[in-house]
Amino acid sequence: MSSHTSFWKRCKTWFHRWGSPAWFYRTSGLIIPWLWAGFFLLAIPGLIWGLSIAPPDYLQGDSYRIIFIHVPSAWQSMLIFAVMAILALIGMVWRIRVAETLAMCCAPIGAAFTIVTLATGSLWGKPTWGTFWQWDGRMTSELVLLFLYLGVIGLQQAIEEPRKAARAAGLLALVGVVNLPIIHYSVEWWTTLHQGTTISFFGESSIDASMLWPLLIMAIAAKFYFGAALLTRTRNTLLLQDREKNWVRETVQGEKS
Amino acid sequence: MNNLLIIAGHDLRLAFRRRNEWFQPLWFLLLVVALFPLGIGPQPALLAQIAAGVIWIAALLANMLSLESLFREDANNGRLEQWLLMDGSLPALAAGRTTAHWLITGLPVILISPLLAAWMQLPQAAMGTLVLSLLLGTPTLSLLGSLGAALTLGSRQGGMLLALLIAPLSVPVLVFATSAVSDAASGFDPETQLLLLGVILLFAITLVPFAIAAALRIHLQE
Repeated sequence: MSSHTSFWKRCKTWFHRWGSPAWFYRTSGLIIPWLWAGFFLLAIPGLIWGLSIAPPDYLQGDSYRIIFIHVPSAWQSMLIFAVMAILALIGMVWRIRVAETLAMCCAPIGAAFTIVTLATGSLWGKPTWGTFWQWDGRMTSELVLLFLYLGVIGLQQAIEEPRKAARAAGLLALVGVVNLPIIHYSVEWWTTLHQGTTISFFGESSIDASMLWPLLIMAIAAKFYFGAALLTRTRNTLLLQDREKNWVRETVQGEKS
Repeated sequence: MNNLLIIAGHDLRLAFRRRNEWFQPLWFLLLVVALFPLGIGPQPALLAQIAAGVIWIAALLANMLSLESLFREDANNGRLEQWLLMDGSLPALAAGRTTAHWLITGLPVILISPLLAAWMQLPQAAMGTLVLSLLLGTPTLSLLGSLGAALTLGSRQGGMLLALLIAPLSVPVLVFATSAVSDAASGFDPETQLLLLGVILLFAITLVPFAIAAALRIHLQE
């Protein structure tokens, strides 16, 4: 019993340590190089495999290869919104500033992944569907997702006081995450109503293993990239917000000498 | 509940004295809908086809433009703090304000919708559905808009930002409402979409006042 409580206590102290900006700055600084290493170690072979070794698609030829960028960033764009909402909730419930800052730093990265998804989707759509843009269910939801990300960023930048801004934008992220499934299904339903057929290449036929492996590797690489970018961004934001505080002065002097 | 009625009654009395408050959104709605035939051309078949979308988007814009100042006065003159000090519940305040807002700007839209439908050559068969969809949809828009007003309290630029935040969240209402009207216009039964609008409204009524209260509380924290 006692060992169980002490384990629980250790977990709690460990969790609370992350709430201290100084501790966060130091520890994340140790983790970031490993995340970048993981990203490059996965992304370079994944890209080579996907772009040149994997066989061309029997229907789409080589143009399908954009999925090795498109699909991982699409997954990532949705995952980041969920991560942002969870972090915002943690920040709101336990009033942890680091969690609020992390949530806010998710938004621009998620928006970037959403833009990459939309851009690569359009580029793929031109040779395959014959048009850069189609009001198809997934594309439309992705566009709405981009607007939601921009809303979170816009609200955060419109409020001057950083903590108030982070909390208000975090609340918007939570409302957005509750709303997203409803938006997604309404849009899906809307497209089946407006278009007789929805074009789907990967819907029924399962993807071949020779294409699946590089896709999965790229998806994991995207997660490493997200981790590294998020921690770097959050570190810089914390430094900027706390520029008057002692821990920043000590850290900066320590790094200079 | 009592608090809610007090707030709503107070707002309604104020609105009757300041005519602009309820008249301007309505005026804006009429103007936007009138711009479409001018921009697109007066062919009845074309207008009938886009009628539902035009009326609904105009209603959405009118709703968002009228919301900016919903809580600003409360925040500036300290009424929010007073309300908390006398143990008034913030969700009740939010619900009261929103109810009044809907009665002042949402209800007139519904009353005037037959005129808009006539302008846009909407088939007679779809009239009832248009009114029903507005009845079920505009309260949700008012609730979402109040949330936007509460969230943007701390910012200096109000109106535009509010619209940017709230419009993506209003997508489901817009989709179901317009498809209900166009289904009714082409002779199908719009029951599913109307039920879905009702579900969204119930969902919004139960949850959004608490989100608005949380947003107001964020503004009050120092």
